[in-house]
Amino acid sequence: MAQDHDHHHHDHDHEHSELSETQLRVRALETVLTEKGYVDPAALDAIVEAYETKIGPRNGARVVARAWTDPAFKQALLDDATKAIGTLGHVSRVGDHLIAVENTPQRHNMVVCTLCSCYPWEMLGLPPVWYKASPYRSRAVKDPRGVLADFGVTLTKDTEIRVWDSTAETRFLVLPMRPAGTEGWSEERLAEVVTRDSMIGTGLPKAAP
Amino acid sequence: MTNATVSQATAAVPGIPQDQDGPVFKEPWEAQAFAMTLALYDRGLFTWSEWAGTLADEIKRAQAAGDPDTGETYYSHWLAALERLVAEKGVATTETLHRTRDAWDHACDRTPHGQPIELRASDFHD
Repeated sequence: MAQDHDHHHHDHDHEHSELSETQLRVRALETVLTEKGYVDPAALDAIVEAYETKIGPRNGARVVARAWTDPAFKQALLDDATKAIGTLGHVSRVGDHLIAVENTPQRHNMVVCTLCSCYPWEMLGLPPVWYKASPYRSRAVKDPRGVLADFGVTLTKDTEIRVWDSTAETRFLVLPMRPAGTEGWSEERLAEVVTRDSMIGTGLPKAAP
Repeated sequence: MTNATVSQATAAVPGIPQDQDGPVFKEPWEAQAFAMTLALYDRGLFTWSEWAGTLADEIKRAQAAGDPDTGETYYSHWLAALERLVAEKGVATTETLHRTRDAWDHACDRTPHGQPIELRASDFHD
């Protein structure tokens, strides 16, 4: 594991993609087992998806809930997300260059990513399966409104959609709008409605009951 | 894959990190390694006691080599056990796994950031 974390810091060539040693070995196994007909990648994805809420510390939900309840923290988060999250003692450190982008009635943010070691899983948990699919990715850039509609997110025509592509230098966290009807909720309760999809902009937080 | 398979695995294999609902994972790759193991079990490649034996052996080997034994590295041992059983059962040689690992590394190197990393035949040749 230690090697896993060290790997992407010692390489200073940020022009190409990177995977950790462990990720390379896991991909190699999946490739070989798939070629030999022992596993079906779609079936593997389904198993992994079933554990979506059981992977990683999923710190993002707590960060979003804090930003909804603490205006000073929210401002700090938007100014420098890595630094702001570092001030939350109970949240494990995140990589450098994490940028929080805020959804407003005027602007909706959506993040695409290619799943190399830059994906901030410690914040977001399991990435969506469609991140692996190139057609979806290019469509997300060309027709974000259509992609969002496929995910059941309909925005008014006045809402501008911005698509952010993670790079080796920067990773993104969408700060979704706080749902109506959650006034007076505790941070813990608010964190419950923050989904992975709402933090990559392909979904909205769960509505208040 | 069924929940029954998962229950059998957690009953037969010591140390799988769990909460009240079942297995938990620190990183996505751990869940991927777990999923591959379930799939191979369902294919009848090994029994859970065989799996537990190989895993215990890998843990012992790692500890002898200075692994801190804090539970943090559980899935590293799991991955090593998986690679070993795949080779022992004749599914793929260790050399094939290494070559494929190197090919993925090559694919990463030639893939500009922001493009999906995909494996091509040419990645195996240099």
